[in-house]
Amino acid sequence: MSLIFAIFLPILVAIVIPFLFKKISSIHTGWFVLIVPVVLVGHYVTYISAIMDGTTYIDKFEWIPSLDISVVSYIDGLSLLFSLLITGIGALVVLYSVFYLDKDREKLGNFYVYLLLFMSAMLGVVQSDHLISLYFFWELTSISSFLLIGYWYTKDRSRFGALKSMMITVFGGLMMLGGFVLLGIMGETFSIRELIEQAPTLVGQEFFILALVLVLIGAFTKSAQFPFYIWLPDAMEAPTPVSAYLHSATMVKAGLYLVARFTPIFALSEVWVWLVTGVGLLTLLWGSFFAVKQTDLKAILAFSTVSQLGLIMSLLGIGSISYHVTGDLVTIFTFASFAAIFHLMNHATFKGSLFMIAGIVDHETGTRDIRKLGGLMSLMPISFTIAMIGSFSMAGIPLFNGFLSKEMFLDATLSLQHFNVHSLESWWMLFPIVAWIASVFTFVYSLYFVLHTFRGKYKPDLLPKKAHEAPIGMLISPAVLAVLVIIIFFVPNYFGNTFIKPAVAAIQPLAYKVPADVGFHIKAWHGFDSIALYMTLGVFLIGFLLYKSIAKWTPIYGMLPARMSLNGFYDWLMNLSDKGANRLSSSYMTGSIRSYLIYMFAAVIALLAFTMWTKDAFVINLTNLAPIQFFEILISVVLIISTITILVTKSRLTAIISLGAVGYTVALFYIIFKAPDLALTQLVIETVSVALFLGAFYHLPKMDKYEKGKEDRLFRLNNFLIALGVGVMVSLIAIASHSQKLVKSISEYYKETVYSEAGGGNIVNVILVDYRGFDTLFEISVLTIASLGIIGMITVRLAKKKGDRKVENK
Amino acid sequence: MKTNDLIIQTTTKVVFFIIFLFSIHIFFAGHYTPGGGFVGGLVMSSAIVLLMLAFDLKTVRDMLPFNYTVITAIGLLISLLTAAGSIYFNVPFFTHVYDYFNLPLLGETSIHTAMFFDTGVYLVVVGVTMNIIQMIGGDE
Repeated sequence: MSLIFAIFLPILVAIVIPFLFKKISSIHTGWFVLIVPVVLVGHYVTYISAIMDGTTYIDKFEWIPSLDISVVSYIDGLSLLFSLLITGIGALVVLYSVFYLDKDREKLGNFYVYLLLFMSAMLGVVQSDHLISLYFFWELTSISSFLLIGYWYTKDRSRFGALKSMMITVFGGLMMLGGFVLLGIMGETFSIRELIEQAPTLVGQEFFILALVLVLIGAFTKSAQFPFYIWLPDAMEAPTPVSAYLHSATMVKAGLYLVARFTPIFALSEVWVWLVTGVGLLTLLWGSFFAVKQTDLKAILAFSTVSQLGLIMSLLGIGSISYHVTGDLVTIFTFASFAAIFHLMNHATFKGSLFMIAGIVDHETGTRDIRKLGGLMSLMPISFTIAMIGSFSMAGIPLFNGFLSKEMFLDATLSLQHFNVHSLESWWMLFPIVAWIASVFTFVYSLYFVLHTFRGKYKPDLLPKKAHEAPIGMLISPAVLAVLVIIIFFVPNYFGNTFIKPAVAAIQPLAYKVPADVGFHIKAWHGFDSIALYMTLGVFLIGFLLYKSIAKWTPIYGMLPARMSLNGFYDWLMNLSDKGANRLSSSYMTGSIRSYLIYMFAAVIALLAFTMWTKDAFVINLTNLAPIQFFEILISVVLIISTITILVTKSRLTAIISLGAVGYTVALFYIIFKAPDLALTQLVIETVSVALFLGAFYHLPKMDKYEKGKEDRLFRLNNFLIALGVGVMVSLIAIASHSQKLVKSISEYYKETVYSEAGGGNIVNVILVDYRGFDTLFEISVLTIASLGIIGMITVRLAKKKGDRKVENK
Repeated sequence: MKTNDLIIQTTTKVVFFIIFLFSIHIFFAGHYTPGGGFVGGLVMSSAIVLLMLAFDLKTVRDMLPFNYTVITAIGLLISLLTAAGSIYFNVPFFTHVYDYFNLPLLGETSIHTAMFFDTGVYLVVVGVTMNIIQMIGGDE
C-alpha cells in the first residue's frame, strides 16, 4: 500500500458509507467503518522496526506541478507515532461509537463520513512534508471538526460550539499559512526537510521571527493554548466519541505535532523557546485551575485536556533549549522532548478512556452534571474501575503511566536552572513552582472527577434515567486504554524504545543521528535525592487536603467577573463583526435594482473615464471614413425616434414595444455591416426578451409611482446623468478605437487558422466553441446559476403567498 | 371575454415545426455558416414562446412536459464533459478534435467535438430561457 494511498483510504471509503447506511440498515454502519482504521493500524505497524533503525520513508504525488505543490508523505519516528495514535485510537473510538450511537435514530451516514474525512485529514497533517499540503490537511481537520461538533445540528449549543471552534482554528490556520509562505520565500522551498537543513541560515533573516510567531499562532489555536483555548470547552457539544478522538487524543495534538516538527527550524531562536515554554506553562496552570470549577463531566475533561496540552507544549519548549547549549547540557534538555512525547502518548491513553467513561455515564444516567451524580460505584463497577485508573494516572499516582511522565515533567522544569544564558539567576524557579501548583490542581480535579461521580450518595431522583452498567461492547474500548495505562507503567522502556526514541530523534536531529542514540531510560524510582520525588509527595499531600476542603475554597471562582472573560471577548467580537457587516451591507444592498444599476453604470463611467484620461487615449481621426448611405440615415432616425418614445411614453406596453423596435433596428445595422451571426442572434434575442418582458409586466410596480414631487426630479436628474455618462463614454471609446489602430486586428489570425486548425468555416461560432470555449463554458454556467436563482426566488415568493393565504383562511 | 385565437393557433401549428427545423438547421450549420448552439437554442425557445402565446402556459406544459432545470443540467454536463474529455487523452483541457467521415445518407461529413460542446450550449440556452419565461409567466 503506497503511503499516499493510505492517507486517502478513509476518504475513499467515506464515499460508499452513505450508501451502506441507507441500504444495509440491519447492521450498524460503524462495523464497516471499523475496518478502515484496523487495516491502517496493521499497515503502519509494519514500519515500526525499520523506523527504530532510523530509516525513513517517502512517497510523493505531484498535485500542482506548475506551482511546485505536491502531496509528500514522509514517515519518520514522529509521524509514525502520530499515525499509529490516529488509527489506533480511531479504531477504538469507532468501536465505542457503534454502541454509543443508536443505529435507528442517528444519522450515522453523516457521522462516519465526517469521521473518516477527519482521519484522512489528520494522517495528512502528520505525514505531509510539503508546507502547502500540510496547510490543506490542517484546514480539513478544522472543517471536519466543525462538522462533527455540529453533528447534532438542531441544538443551539452545538452550532455555537462548532462555529466557535471553526472561527478560532481557521483564524490560526490562516496565520500559519502566512508563516508558511514566509518560510517558503525565505528558504525557496516548501519542503520541511529542506527547510530544516537550511535552519542556520534562516535564523538571521528579516522575517524569521514573524514567520515563527505566525506558525505558533496556528499551533496554539489548534492545541487550545491560552488565550485561544476557549473553543475547546464549547466543542464538548460533540458526541462523546468525537470528543474522545478529536478533542483529546488527536486533533488538538496537531499543534503539538507542529511545534515538534518545526523545532529543528525555529528552536535556534530564543523567542521560540520562551514563547512555547511560557504559553505552555500558563495554559497548564490556567486549565488545571479552572477545571475544578466545572460541573459538567466533559467540561472538566476539556479543561484538563487544555492544561495537559499546555504541559506537553512547555516540555517541547524546554526541549528546544538543547539547541542553545553544548556538551552534557544537551541531553539534559533533550530529555524534556523525550518526556513530552512520552506524556503525549500517556495522555492519549488515560484521557481517551476518561472521555469514554464520561460518555458512558451520560449514556446510562442521562446527565453529565456532576452535582446530580454520585454513588455510581456499586451500580457501575467496571466503569468505576476504568475511571479510577484513568484519573489516578492523570493525577500522577504510581502504578499508572501518568506518574512516570509527570515526574519527568517536574524534572524537566527543574533542569531550567542549567540554562542561564540571559542571566536568569533565580527567575528559573518560577517555572517549577508554576508546574508544581498546576500539578496540585490536576490532582484535585482528577479526584473530583472520579470520586464525585462514583463515590458519595446515589441520587436517583435527580437522574433522568435509572443508572446501570453499560453494555460490554461499550466498555471494551475504555478498558483497552486502561489496561495500556497500567502496562506502560510496568514496561515503559519497551514503549520508549519502540515509539518515543524514534520520535525524539526526529525532533532533535542535531543531537541524535539514529533513534538508538537516544540514551534515556525510564525509571519509576530515582532515589531519595530526587527533588521531583519530594515535589510529587507535596502534590499528593496538598492536593488531598485541597480536595477534602473543596467546598470551602471553590467560592473564589465566583469572584471572577464573567464579562471580562475571554469568552466574553469572543462573543463581543463576533457580535461586533456580525452587526458591522450587517450595517455595511444594508447601507448599499437596498434591494432596489435601480440603485444597483446606478452603482454599476457609475463604476463603468468612472473606470473608463479614468483610464481614458490617464492614458490620454482619446483620438479622433476623420480620414478614411466610409460614405453614409441613405438607408443608414433612415434606420438611425427610426432608432432615435423609438428611443425617445421609450423615454416619454406613459404606458409601459409602449415602452416595451419601442425597446423591441430599438433592438430590431440594431439588428438591421448588423445586416448592413455584414454581421449575419450577430443580426440573427439579435433578432431572436429581441423576440424572446420582448416576450419575457410581457411576462414580467405583471410584477412591475405602477409606472406613476415615481412621477411626483421633488424627489422625482432628483431621481430623473440622476438617471439622466448616468445615461448621458454611459452614452458619452461608449461613443468616445468607439471613436477612439476606430481612429487609432495601435495593434493589428486579431481577425487576421482567425481568418488564417479557422479552417486549418479549428476545422470550421464560421469564425464567430468557432470563437464561441473553440478559441474562447472557456468563456462559453463559464457563460453557460452563469446562465444556469442565474436561472436557478430566479427559480429559487419565485418559488419562495409563491410559497410565501400560499402561506399568507392559509393564514387568511383561518 | 372569450378571445378568438383561431388564426394564430392554426398558423402556429405549422410555423412551430418550421422554426423548430430551422433551429436544428442553424445549429448544425453553425460551424460553417451563420448559426450555432446559442442562436439555435434561442430560436428553439422562441418557437416554444410562440406556442405559449398562441395557446396558454398550461397547454404548452402538457404538450412539452420537460423539466427545463434537468435539461439545463444535462446541457451543462455535456459541455463540461466534452471539455474535460480531452484530459483523458492526455491533452490540455478543452482540446477539440475533428475528422471527416463517410456517413450513410449524409455523405462525407465532418464530425467535430465542438459540436458536442455546442449541443450542451443549445440545451442550456433552451433550458434557461424556457425556465425563466415559464417561471415569470406562471407566477400569478
